[in-house]
This record gives sequence, C-alpha cells and structure tokens, in this order.
Amino acid sequence: MPSYVNPEKCDGCKALDKTACQYICPNDLMVLDRETMKAYNRDVSMCWECYNCVKICPTQAIEVRGYADFVPLGASVTPLRSTDSILWTVKFRNGTLKRFKFPIRTTPEGAAVPDGGYSSSKDLSSPALFTEPGSLGLPEVFTLKKEAPHA
Amino acid sequence: MPEFEKVIVETDLLILGGGMAACGAAVEAAYWAKENGLRVTLVDKAAVDRSGAVAMGLSAINQYVGLKDGANTVKDYVTYVRNDLMGITREDLVANIARHVDSTVHLFEKWGLPIWKDAEGKYVHEGRWQLMINGESYKVIVAEAAKNALLGSGNGQIFERVFIVGPLMDGDRCAGAVGFSVRENKLYFFMAKATLAAMGGAVHVFKPRSSGEGMGRAWYPPWNSGSSAYFTMKAGAEMTCQEVRFIPVRFKDAYGPVGAWFLLFKSRATNSTGGNYMVERQAELENWLPYGKVKPVPANLRNYLGMLDVMEGKGPIYMRTEEAIQKIAESYKNDPKEHKKKMKELESEAWEDFLDMTISQAILWAGTNVQPEEKSSEIAAAEPYFIGSHSGASGAWVSGPEDLQNEQTKGEYFWGYPNMSTVAGLFCAGDASGASSHKFSSGSCTEGRIAAKAAIQFIVDHNHPPRIDPQALDAQAKEILAPLALYEAHAGATTDPEINPHYVKPRMFMFRLQKIMDEYAGGVTSQFTTNKAQLDRAVELLDYLKEDSTKLAAANLHELMRCWENIHRMWQAEAHVRTMLFREETRWPGYYFRSDKPKMDEEHWHVFANCRYDPGTDHWQMLKRPIHQIFA
Repeated sequence: MPSYVNPEKCDGCKALDKTACQYICPNDLMVLDRETMKAYNRDVSMCWECYNCVKICPTQAIEVRGYADFVPLGASVTPLRSTDSILWTVKFRNGTLKRFKFPIRTTPEGAAVPDGGYSSSKDLSSPALFTEPGSLGLPEVFTLKKEAPHA
Repeated sequence: MPEFEKVIVETDLLILGGGMAACGAAVEAAYWAKENGLRVTLVDKAAVDRSGAVAMGLSAINQYVGLKDGANTVKDYVTYVRNDLMGITREDLVANIARHVDSTVHLFEKWGLPIWKDAEGKYVHEGRWQLMINGESYKVIVAEAAKNALLGSGNGQIFERVFIVGPLMDGDRCAGAVGFSVRENKLYFFMAKATLAAMGGAVHVFKPRSSGEGMGRAWYPPWNSGSSAYFTMKAGAEMTCQEVRFIPVRFKDAYGPVGAWFLLFKSRATNSTGGNYMVERQAELENWLPYGKVKPVPANLRNYLGMLDVMEGKGPIYMRTEEAIQKIAESYKNDPKEHKKKMKELESEAWEDFLDMTISQAILWAGTNVQPEEKSSEIAAAEPYFIGSHSGASGAWVSGPEDLQNEQTKGEYFWGYPNMSTVAGLFCAGDASGASSHKFSSGSCTEGRIAAKAAIQFIVDHNHPPRIDPQALDAQAKEILAPLALYEAHAGATTDPEINPHYVKPRMFMFRLQKIMDEYAGGVTSQFTTNKAQLDRAVELLDYLKEDSTKLAAANLHELMRCWENIHRMWQAEAHVRTMLFREETRWPGYYFRSDKPKMDEEHWHVFANCRYDPGTDHWQMLKRPIHQIFA
C-alpha cells in the first residue's frame, strides 16, 4: 500500500496549515482530503516506505503494509521515535514478536552547532574548509605541493 | 488555468537540492558568505529534514579514511577507487574529497550522530573505510546543522517544496534557476552570481524489477529523478562517465543493504548448488586485467561473477546469513550465557542494519518468517541507477583543486575553481559531479563543502549580478506550465482524463522511457546486455519520446512536478545511450555488457568518455578526455 492512514486516528492535523505527513513526505505523496479532513497516500507505487510519515504523525494514524506485489501478508514493523532513541516492534507473519531499541542522537534536538566547536579558518583561497585543520585532527590539510604523493 | 504569481529571488549563492551534498554546502557557504557579506539561498523540492538519499537514515558511513590515526593515506583511497572503477577516475577529485572527508565525519559526531565505538573509544569499522552508526536520524542531524548555519547566520534563506526545472542563463554563464512551488501557484526565478547543483542522481530511468506497488522500492530513492543531470546538460556543461550506471547487488526485492553482511559479518554468497561464484569463477577475472586481480575485487566484477551464475541457471543466489552468524558465535560455544548474549547482540545488529535504512527489508523478513540466524536470504542485481557517488560515476565534468594537479593534469583537470563545471558559475557536488566515485554520504557532504567554498570565491572574484532578459523569463514560464495548459485545453475530450488522444500523462510517459531503456539499453530483462544495433534503436525511440514530451499533461501541481521529473530522466537516458554507443568496448561487465564489443580495450578506451549537449545547436558532441594518474 505502502503507507496507509487509519481514519479513526487521523484528525487531519487540524488547526495546522498543512498536515505533518504532507510536510515531511520526500516524494510529495501524502495529501489531505479537504472534505473528509483525513490524509491519504496518493500514489502508493511511488512510496519508498521510508516511514517518515509514520514517524512524524502526531496521532500515530499512519502504518505501512508491505508491498503487496512481493511481501506475504500479515507482518508489521512499527516504530516509536522519541528525541534520543527509537523503539521498533516487528511482528512476523507467524505471530513472532521482536522488539529493538536503538539510540538516534547524542545531542539535544536543535543543538547541532555548525562549526562543531572547531576554530574557524579565515583564508578563502586556501584548500582548508572552514573548520580545518582542527576538525581533521591534523596539523594541516594534505596537499601535493608540500609532500610527494608517494610519501 | 489559474494565474501563477512570478516570484523573483535575488541571491549571491544558490544551492539547489537538500540532501547530503546540499547540506554540506549550506554549512560551509554560510560561514564564508558571512565573512564576505554575501547571501545564500537553498532550494529543496521536499523538506530538508528528510530529503535526499539519506531521508530514511543509514546504518553506516561508507567513507572515512582515518588520516589522523594513520590508518590509511589519501593515496590509499585513490588507489582503491581507481581500481574499483576499472581505471576510470579523476584522481584529483577523489583525493580532494578523501583529504577532507574525516573532517566532515568528525563534525557529524559533534552534531550528535551516534557512531559506534569499541571499548577503547575507537570507531567500530564495518570494513576498511566504513564506520558503523546508529543512523536513523543521520539526515535530520545534518539538516539541522545546515539550517542552523543558514538561518543562524542572518544571511541565508531556505525554500522548501520548490521544484527546480532548469537553469537561468546569462550568455554562457549560469545565472540561477527557475522552478515552481508544488504547494501554491507560484513560479520562482532565482537569480544568483553562482549556482551549486546538488539535486541527486537518477532512479526509474530503467524499468524496475517490481512493477506493482513495489516499484517505489527502488534501491536509491524514487525522488532522485535526474534533475542534476538535466540542469547541467541544459546549461551546456560537459558531462563525464554517462555510461557508468551503477547496479547494486542487494537483498532481493526489498533491496536491503549487504555491506554489513559481507564486510562486518563476513558472510558468503552461494548459488543453488552451494557453490561460491567468487571462488568458482576466479578464472573469469583474468579477462579483466589488471583490475580483475586487485583486492578487493571491483564491485562490477563481483556483480558479473554472480550474474554469470544466474545466466547459467544456477540461481537463486543466497546470502548465507545463518552460516555467518553461527561462525561468529562459535567462539562463545563453551559459555552458554555468553553465547546467548552474543547471539542476541548479532540479531539486534542485523535488524538495525535494515531498520536504519531499508525498513521494507525488515517487513519482508517478517512477512516471510525469516530469522537471519536460522535462514539464508536471496540477493540479486538491481536495475541500473545513475549516481556520481557510491560505485557509480556519472555527472558533470568539473575542475579539480589547483594544489592536487601535476604537470600533466593542470591543463586538463583545472580551470580556476574546484568543482566548477565547464559552465562559468555552475558548481556541482554529490551525485551531480562525475568521475569521483565512492564518496557516499560523508564524501558527498564533504564535496558540497568544497564546492560551496569555491563558489563563494568565484562570487568574490566576479561580484556582479547576472543580466537576464525579461522576455526569456516569460518564455520559460510558459514552457514550464505547458503541461497544465495542455490538460486544461483537452481534458474534456474524453470521459476518462487518463486516456486522451491529445496528451500523455507523466506515469505512462515514464513507463515508455523505462521500457526503451530496459529492452534496448541493457536493463534487467535483457540481462544488462546491449549492442550497437540495440542502442541505435534506443536513440530512435528516444527521439519519438522527446517529441512527445511536449504532449505531457498535468492535472495539478504534483503531476506538473512528475512531468518535469520524467523529462529530466529522459535526458539522463539519452546521455547514457549515446555514451554507451561511443565507448566501443566492455569495461564494466557487471554494469553493462556490449555483446558486439565484449572485451576491454585499454589501448583505445582507457579514457574518459565525455559528452556535451549544445543548447545553441541542439547537437551532442562526444569526446575523449585523457586519464592521467597523479598518485602513481
């Protein structure tokens, strides 16, 4: 299907100018039906099953049913993503259940500092990028001018 | 047809795309732009948080050289890439990325990306160049740094959901880009002193193996629609390695990654009789010397050995996951408690590999009751893709850096600004730049940084706004919106808007392109094999398709984007077919096989096969460019 919307849970992200799934879908597939105020996936054969709509949905209304042209029915893979980790529940066709939890980031959300705390270069004409050589952990950037290539 | 508002945005540096290369460019450009009082504008057709090829996440960083620990040298990386691409690579470009990539990976870690560490605090390697990560939020984190850089600097802005159709030109100089919003009736004209193309590679040029819902489950994302290639070709840029498609061998159907299985878990792949093609077909490698004998065996030759098994009817090919896991756990067999713990750990690692980057593969395992520690899974060669990263090489021909040239190369590979194409003011990075393979996510982000810094230097040196002819803008606006106008004019002629003699909808147009490429240009159903007669026929059929591209019709903004995406794909297809025709040999047998020229010809074809579309004359020029080694 791949991602589909449970009408019982979807509230069309009301009061927002666009739904969360519409905002995030990298392939512009999620749309809000203005009449029913429910979202839907407009072209399931162009869906990558990236799960970004599933992860972002504030009411957990979106799930994925594996591609019907090659996946036997009955399985599901469900994420629960928090600010620092993700919990996955994998349900097998035969009923087996597995759970996995993985970290997703080591810093608070929004806290990525572009220069990473490395001091900045001032020379626009040098090969060094703005955080280098500090961010390389080396005294200088490799170049042919200074050392023979076979060194 | 509704009125479209024309929005003109003037900026200094224009970054097109929102993936790893574009985000790297944004981070770097924001700093140098502020230092020099310049503005930066980034345009993404999706939402930067989850756009590009890393939108789902990744389970590994595939390029880390380890320079600070002395693990490898820049030369080591160049040697690896040269061999993997059968000798066809720009060593200056590969070295430039390799000397900077560790710096970018160290930034990823500071930004918050969890990189696996061992007990001593060292990075856990998947292979020699690969690091294991908990990468579900890899793109979110990199996008966050890019947004903080651009919006925090006070001189940057971001447009999301604006689809870029093509270049704006001021004579021979690239002067920006034109596109439209996929959310509201607005046309955008971005006028810039320099433009950086980083709009990814091309997927769905060839017919995918799955033809129903599963069509969307391409190995590379379906939203990579050839926009970089189209943009650079239409600007008149010289292109390189357009024949070098990439064919990944992946877990069959859902295209789950195999890297962790081959490299980390040391798994074997065996055929239906239990034979290992990497062992049984060793002799075949002698036909592809000197590259057949290098270690690791080039990706396309590994593909080829497996394909020979399949063509001989020895499939399916299985990844022996159960054997690999049992082997690792074997050393714990005398300690049941430790053995259980290790098995649990391996199971979790195996599943995370899929859940981080190819969740469909986890669904397929669950749907077929596969527990990898108990049962093997099929692998297969996927349909062809166009990417400048990974083991592909297609993209624009760009200048290298001055300080990585030798006497032979400085006149050939350097023309003023690193990563500038042959069109003044047009820079390329990631999948948009060619002949610099194996940059993956980290190298693409790094190349974005390199290109952005160079583009700022270009602007400082050429700090005058482009001149645009307002009448040319009106003509471009009309051309972009033509599919909407055509639909409105004729939709009422039939009872079903999908079938209409006056136009073709983008979906069927894409199927027509895919069928041509699949059957004549060496797709899956022709076992990746083609010849001159087939390619000539492909050119003929592509000509009809090109004529019919003026008959594309769109019912709404989403379909308008689909129309243009498929025109972009069509141009990538044409460059590919023309370059396969031009290169009269077989050099990458596991990517495509020219049955009329079945051998590698080092004497005549150890060269770059380049092409250039001339927008003035509407003709293609094919040319050879020499290969010079810098790291002998």
